[in-house]
Amino acid sequence: MIRVQADDFNAGAELERLRRENNGQAGAMVSFTGLVRDLNEGDNITQLTLEHYPGMTEKALKKIEAQANEQWDLTATLIIHRVGPLTPNDNIVLVVAASAHRKQAFRACEFMIDTLKTNAPFWKKETLIEGDRWITPGNSA
Amino acid sequence: MIQLRYFASLRESLGIGDEQIELPDGVNNLPGLTRWLQRRGESWESALADTRLHIAVNQEIVKTDAAIVDGDEIAWFPPVTGG
Repeated sequence: MIRVQADDFNAGAELERLRRENNGQAGAMVSFTGLVRDLNEGDNITQLTLEHYPGMTEKALKKIEAQANEQWDLTATLIIHRVGPLTPNDNIVLVVAASAHRKQAFRACEFMIDTLKTNAPFWKKETLIEGDRWITPGNSA
Repeated sequence: MIQLRYFASLRESLGIGDEQIELPDGVNNLPGLTRWLQRRGESWESALADTRLHIAVNQEIVKTDAAIVDGDEIAWFPPVTGG
């Protein structure tokens, strides 16, 4: 399942829902949660704004999820990505992979977040005291 | 008609996020369309000359020399930085 939303998410509640729906198939759930940092390139960040391409973003996330399911034997996958204005310590992204065994889940989770970072149309803009700047690949660590 | 979309820093440089135009006469690929748009002025000429830009046609990333036809949705954007 994929979701692109302005609203916050609760990673614990999402994991618990997936556990309930699992019905004993998965022996492992691996999750990654991305958060807004308060410092980048030595500068204090007051706001991080996420822009996306409605339609294409959802397609790209579905494709990443499908690729993970082709490559590994997964019982469930979840990608939630927020858009709009965020502040330090806010949730940005949640990626979950569930599988019978942990290795498949770890690898699938890492693949999904790594591929999301290079292939899904999202753009981050930082607000500093001095003004705004767009993040470019390489200065977002 | 074709639909054109510009995102992130490019949207800000151009001062426009999306527009619909008639497919210009004689234009049937992305290089032709880009050259046509660059004739709008200096900001268009320099912004669209950035070789780091990605281009999507109908929401799929394509090579910068891809063909276009009437009805297409074409988007230009800088490298993505989500996650």
